[in-house]
Amino acid sequence: MTVLERFPHRLTLVTGHYGTGKTEFSVNLALALAGEGERAALADLDIVNPYFRSRERRELLEGAGVRLIAAAQALADADVPALPAELHALLENRAIRGVLDIGGDPSGARVLARYRPRILKEDHQLLYVVNASRPEVRTAEQSAACLRAIEAVTGLRCTGLVNNTHLCGETSPETVREGAALAEEVSRLTGVPVVCHAAEARFRDRLRDLDPFPLELRMKKPWE
Amino acid sequence: MKREIWKGSEAIAEAAIRAGCRCFFGYPITPQNEIPEYMSLHMPQSGGVFVQAESELAAVNMVYGAAASGVRAMTSSSSPGVSLKQEGISYLAACQLPAVIVNVMRGGPGLGSIQPAQGDYFQATRGGGNGDYRTVVLAPANIQEAVDLTQEAFDIADQYRNPVVLLADGLIGQMMEPIVWKERTPRQLPEKTWAACGRGDRDHNNFITSLLIDAPSCEAHNLVLARKTAEMEKNECRWEEILLDDAEVIFVAYGTPSRVAQTAAENLRRQGVKAGVFRPVTLWPFPYARLKEIASRETARVFLDVEMSLGQMLDDVNLAVAERKPVRFYGRCGGAIPHVSEVEQAALEAWKEVK
Repeated sequence: MTVLERFPHRLTLVTGHYGTGKTEFSVNLALALAGEGERAALADLDIVNPYFRSRERRELLEGAGVRLIAAAQALADADVPALPAELHALLENRAIRGVLDIGGDPSGARVLARYRPRILKEDHQLLYVVNASRPEVRTAEQSAACLRAIEAVTGLRCTGLVNNTHLCGETSPETVREGAALAEEVSRLTGVPVVCHAAEARFRDRLRDLDPFPLELRMKKPWE
Repeated sequence: MKREIWKGSEAIAEAAIRAGCRCFFGYPITPQNEIPEYMSLHMPQSGGVFVQAESELAAVNMVYGAAASGVRAMTSSSSPGVSLKQEGISYLAACQLPAVIVNVMRGGPGLGSIQPAQGDYFQATRGGGNGDYRTVVLAPANIQEAVDLTQEAFDIADQYRNPVVLLADGLIGQMMEPIVWKERTPRQLPEKTWAACGRGDRDHNNFITSLLIDAPSCEAHNLVLARKTAEMEKNECRWEEILLDDAEVIFVAYGTPSRVAQTAAENLRRQGVKAGVFRPVTLWPFPYARLKEIASRETARVFLDVEMSLGQMLDDVNLAVAERKPVRFYGRCGGAIPHVSEVEQAALEAWKEVK
């Protein structure tokens, strides 16, 4: 399955609870789209986190042909919820495929509300990242409640779940499977389908039945 | 036990609640906002009190009030905010009130930057407020340790009736790692017979004050504090030794730089340079005695202090090594994190000098 077949919509909005791995997934998705020759852009709309944001991977992304849309350099560490004006180019130019990396929780997802009218006119999918290793969303009920709250603040419907369950360096295929079970349960509660399981590429063989979207870890810690 | 991934700041907040902290007072500042945010939701659910104070000063004085009543209390902030709390910390120490102060350090001085740094070492280890007092300073280098030391901090505070500082750099506060919630055995702690929580059946009132206007009384009180300081120095010193047994090049680092130094040491060993890391876990009391022993080994050739500040812990390293071996320094500051390759390079240069 090609990346484009897996994620056929022009705009992919990546939301979820804090620390579920939205940025890692977004960076990988944008790189994979570019890898298939698409004109891809990644918009870093995280106004919540001060560190570990996709804008920190500018060199990698631009080197791979992904256009990075992020707040002006002068504002990169300004600790203000500034959004890049350039985002409009992505929303309006239908020749570009865009991945929108959204900050965690409903607080982070709120940025989307402002663009709702425009997003509704575009071919888009709103993904919700599920991670069974995160304590505040480890039950299906907690995870579904977070999903519904994100829908409420954005005014957008969630169209797909992404299982991105990991334990940083201690991830095993079983970790991913645990997340797959949770994602199914969240899907049952919400009616939102599971669109993919994300897992480090090294686990591909052992997770063949899940047909995972392969990740190369890009958001590493400084000593890794 | 189930492993979960926690962000440093959230883990510190949850660890405090599990350690019996029932009062949290704070004021927002990046990069530790997840602590008050987490507390605002979970502290009330645990039967405790969360107040977002009108300032850092108000928050630390609320901690003073809560601690005086015998409740486990905590505040958290980041560098410039912790500067504002120093008056309160001095008063807590003077009044022998147990409390935990978390500092998730960012670039300084002044308002500085929001990126990680370690420029508050002097302030934390020397006592940033007025008067003769010390606080135990715990410096986690991973999230599991941040959890364990936060819980330990409350016990240490109660045991010595003294404020304890948890000193994390911004990266420890913001990064995520897997942890487990361990069963822990709390220390045997004295009853808080001194607490101002209502007279009840007591035959006297408990007064808590730092005002001792009569000089001999004030001196006598200082000597009481000094005896506690000596006890803490004797009992609470902690450190970790990584690849140190045969090490010739020895990094000394805490927090994030210790992780960078560990990777550098592993890389150097692959190049045939025997490198290791000495990691102080308590910055006060500083593990002088152990570092001195290591400096006396024949195998130890050169020390390289690595910091995200411009040579603050370096003073303590020099006091311990005391010219037995050369001590070199590599630091970044203002929110910059030392890169593994830079640290490796600095170590190789130090190694060439002594080889």
